[in-house]
Order: sequence, then structure tokens, then C-alpha cells
Amino acid sequence: MIDLSINTDLACTILTGFIRTEITRAGFSHAVIGLSGGVDSALSCCLAAEAIGPQNVLAVRMPYKASAQDSLDHAQLVIDALGVQSLTLPITEMVDPLFARFPEMSQVRRGNVMARARMIVLFDQSESFQGLVVGTGNKTEILLGYTTLYGDSACALNPIGDLYKTQVRQLARSIGVPAQIIEKQPSADLWAGQTDEGELGFTYAEVDQLLYLLVDQRYSPEECVSAGFAQDFVKAVDNRLRRNHFKRILPPIAKLSNRTVGYDFLYLRDWGT
Amino acid sequence: MKLRMALAQINTRLGVVEANLEKHLSLAQQAHAAGADLLVFPELSLTGYVLQDLASTVAHRPEESDPVFRRLLQASRELDLVVGFVDEDCRHRFYIASAYLSKERVVHVHHKVYLPTYGLFDEGRFFAWGDSIRAFDTRFGRLGILICEDFWHASPPYLLWLDGADIFIFTSASPGRGLIEKPQLESAHWVEQINQAYANLFTAFVAHSNRVGFEDGLNFWGASTVFDPNGELLAKGPDFEEALTIAELDLDQLHRTRARLPLLRDERTALVLREMKRIVGE
Repeated sequence: MIDLSINTDLACTILTGFIRTEITRAGFSHAVIGLSGGVDSALSCCLAAEAIGPQNVLAVRMPYKASAQDSLDHAQLVIDALGVQSLTLPITEMVDPLFARFPEMSQVRRGNVMARARMIVLFDQSESFQGLVVGTGNKTEILLGYTTLYGDSACALNPIGDLYKTQVRQLARSIGVPAQIIEKQPSADLWAGQTDEGELGFTYAEVDQLLYLLVDQRYSPEECVSAGFAQDFVKAVDNRLRRNHFKRILPPIAKLSNRTVGYDFLYLRDWGT
Repeated sequence: MKLRMALAQINTRLGVVEANLEKHLSLAQQAHAAGADLLVFPELSLTGYVLQDLASTVAHRPEESDPVFRRLLQASRELDLVVGFVDEDCRHRFYIASAYLSKERVVHVHHKVYLPTYGLFDEGRFFAWGDSIRAFDTRFGRLGILICEDFWHASPPYLLWLDGADIFIFTSASPGRGLIEKPQLESAHWVEQINQAYANLFTAFVAHSNRVGFEDGLNFWGASTVFDPNGELLAKGPDFEEALTIAELDLDQLHRTRARLPLLRDERTALVLREMKRIVGE
């Protein structure tokens, strides 16, 4: 059995230190977080509140007219528990005109549009609240590419992107995220009845173990099969990993000059701070 | 004889030498006020760690004519200093370096000889490889300095030991990684273990000064340590926080430990050399 358990105190120390440092050294003191009602954004919000103080965190709820009431309620639970500042900005009026223009639009397209509309709201609040957008994407979804590019993956810093979903739940439990948020079925809530695990075709508990072997332990797909994972499952996940790599990197720039951003113009973002 | 050694586990500003220098000078004053004889700063303490293309723009020469070193040398009137910096040699090669300063003199400069260039590390891309491992004499006895990856290879500490070092100064900017269920990161555990092992194997003092803070997503975990010749922990800095950690080294412990455990006396260097020659085919 692969044990993905983490030391939650140590995780909390590192992640709150990361949030505090990376926000303040960029010249800011505030954070903006999109709060969906799910466990990932609840955890990010808790960490940010702990790192820089709840009064400096703006949690934004951005429901669409079809969003589940539970999602809104659960987000409110987090806001009330932490005492962070909050704002509710429905995206319905932003996205419905585009949906009306393309009545045949697939659920995936509609989901992407909604995710990107939320990104627009968050980055607008980033300017207005003078805070950096704190990301809410976990390691599982980043590796699987289960995310909308320039949508929910867009952020200024991401404290939880190296934690598998299983570990997000463990840390959320220890940090006091309400149990109903941790225990409910994960869902992007982009359409009624959508669940992550239903859409992906496997559970987070299963895929986290497999990803841990493939990525962290550098197992080959064949070695994962020998370790007891079904061949089709390994193949599907391995394909997703590779196919979605474009979502994890900046777009390639065609090199022409002797010094090109991304290839031989190399600096950390913290350059000079 | 006693040596009061202070370890400055500091955070740094990336590429802002002037700001980091002020922190060095302020800590030198603090350490002096606390009665320290020697203050050790971490790897690249004047520049920050993930320098990439900044490497060539933050380099300094460890000499009186350099404005940064002039002020550090002045501070070394009060107490000896080990500082981390980028050294640009006269042929304009850039090294990850540590200098030992005492009484306004540059006593020794070590250039990092092992540049990790794998995984999250990319030092070999930006820096030249150091090419010597030498112990040196100080007012506290003979010392040796190594930088991070240097002491992950057994040969540099071994060579320093044979070259007469009784006090090992290790400096690091070690990125924290390996979060498991234990209350210590795996990287911190590994480093602490080998520091203790060298103290045991070489019946010597081993001090490790490691930085703290973040650079982008990388964390640095601090927890600087000093082990005595019995492998006992003399002092340890806090995890993740800036601190000045002071240890009192009773240098007479070398006499007592080596009377009990004459590993140095019994070391068969001629045999090592003979076998090394055979192994490398000479």
C-alpha cells in the first residue's frame, strides 16, 4: 500500500510561509481567492488567511445560474469560519450572451468559458483589492490536465499544487475545513450532476497512488502494471500526463535572436526581491 | 581552548548584494556582542541561491579593493567571518565561493567543486567548477570549508581531514523537499544525518550553516547544526526561521575523543593512495 500521508503541521508551516513571502516580496499584502465550495479552494483560503490574516484575504464566490446551491453555501461556511472578506459576483450575465450566440455549444466549451469568466473576475479583483490571486489547483489535476488553461489554473501563486487530492483532504481535515466540504463528491460544478471522478473515470484515491509511482517514484508504465495497477488505467493516465503537458508550461517562443525569453533569458520571478 | 561559533541562518534578497551585505554587517555586530569568535553565513549568502542569469552580475572579488569585501574585511577585525558569494576570477569564470576572513585578511577562499546539475539543480550551467580542496590555518586551529553538494561526496571531507582540518565548516542553501508523515523534511533529515556521520567518522567538529526563506516555490529549511567529535549535537537552529545560533566548541574535546578513538592515527593513507592509483589505472 502506497502511503501518501504528510505531516500536516510541517505542510502548514511551509505553505503559509510561501504565501506570506511570495505576496509580500512582490509588493502586496492582500490575496484574492475564488471560493467554489470545494475542498481545494477552501484549503487555499484557510492557508492564505493563516498566512496574511483573514482581513487581508478576499474570497470571491462566482456562481452561474445553474450552479448548485450547496456550492454557494459551502463557500459561505468557509467565509464565516475564517472571517475573510467576501464578495459574490455571479457570472451568468457575463457568459450567457456568448452561450446564446452559439446554442450548440458543448458542455466542455461552456465549462471552459465559465472558468475563464471567473478568471477575469478574479484578476479584476486582484487590481481593485491590490491582492495577488492565490491558486487552488492540486497536483492531481495539474498532472492530469483536468483544468481549464487560462481559467481555473490561472493564478499568481499556488500553495497547493504539489499536494495530491488525497493529501489536500488530509491537510484540509487537520486545518479545520468543515467536514461536509471534505467529504462531498468533488465536482467542477459546471453542469448539474457533474463529478470529477465520474468524468475522469477513476477515483482520486486510485489515481493519486498511480501518479505517485509514475511521477514521484519515476516508475515506468510497465512497472506500474507489475505493481498491481490495471494496464488500461495506467495507459490512460500516462497518456493524459503527456497530452496535457502544454497546460503546465508557458507557450513556446520561436527562437530567432541570441537571447530569448524562456531559453537563455533565465531569472526567477523573485529576481531583485 | 574554546571557540564560540555563531551560525547565521539568514534569508536573502535575490541578486541584491547591497541589502544582503547590510544584513551580514548587522549580524556580525550582533554575534560580536554575543561574544562569538567566528560567524558562519550560508552558501551564496551575499547573493541568494537560484541566480541563473544573475550569476555574472552579482560577482565580487574577495579583496580589499572590492567595495563589498572592504566592509566585510573591516567587520572581520572584531570576529572571523565565513561568507558565501559569487567569485569572478581574473579570467572571468564565476564560482560559487565561500571566503574565510580574519583580522582584515582573506585567509582562504573555497570554490565549490561539485555543482549539482540534475533534478531541481542547475548550477553547472551557470558556474565554473572549483578545482581544489584545501584545509587552512586559523587562530582556532586548522579548518576546512565545503559548500553543500561538496559534502555529499565523501572525498572532499576526507581530503580535508587528511589535510589537517579538525573543524569542518559546511555551508548550504538546501531546498526543502520530501514531505512525508515525519515532522522533518527528508532533505533536512539526510543532511543532518551525514553531518553527524562526518563528525563521528572524522572525530572532528562539523558545523553546518543553512539558509532559510523562499525563492519562488523553493523553501530553505535552516536547522543549522554543530556536532562535536563524538557526534553529539552541540547546537541546532530553528526550522525555517532566521536565527543566530551560537555553539561553544571545547576544542580540547579533540584530544579526549581521539585518545579514545584513534581513527585519524590509524588511517592508512598510503594504502588509500596505492589503491586509488590502481583503481584509476595509473
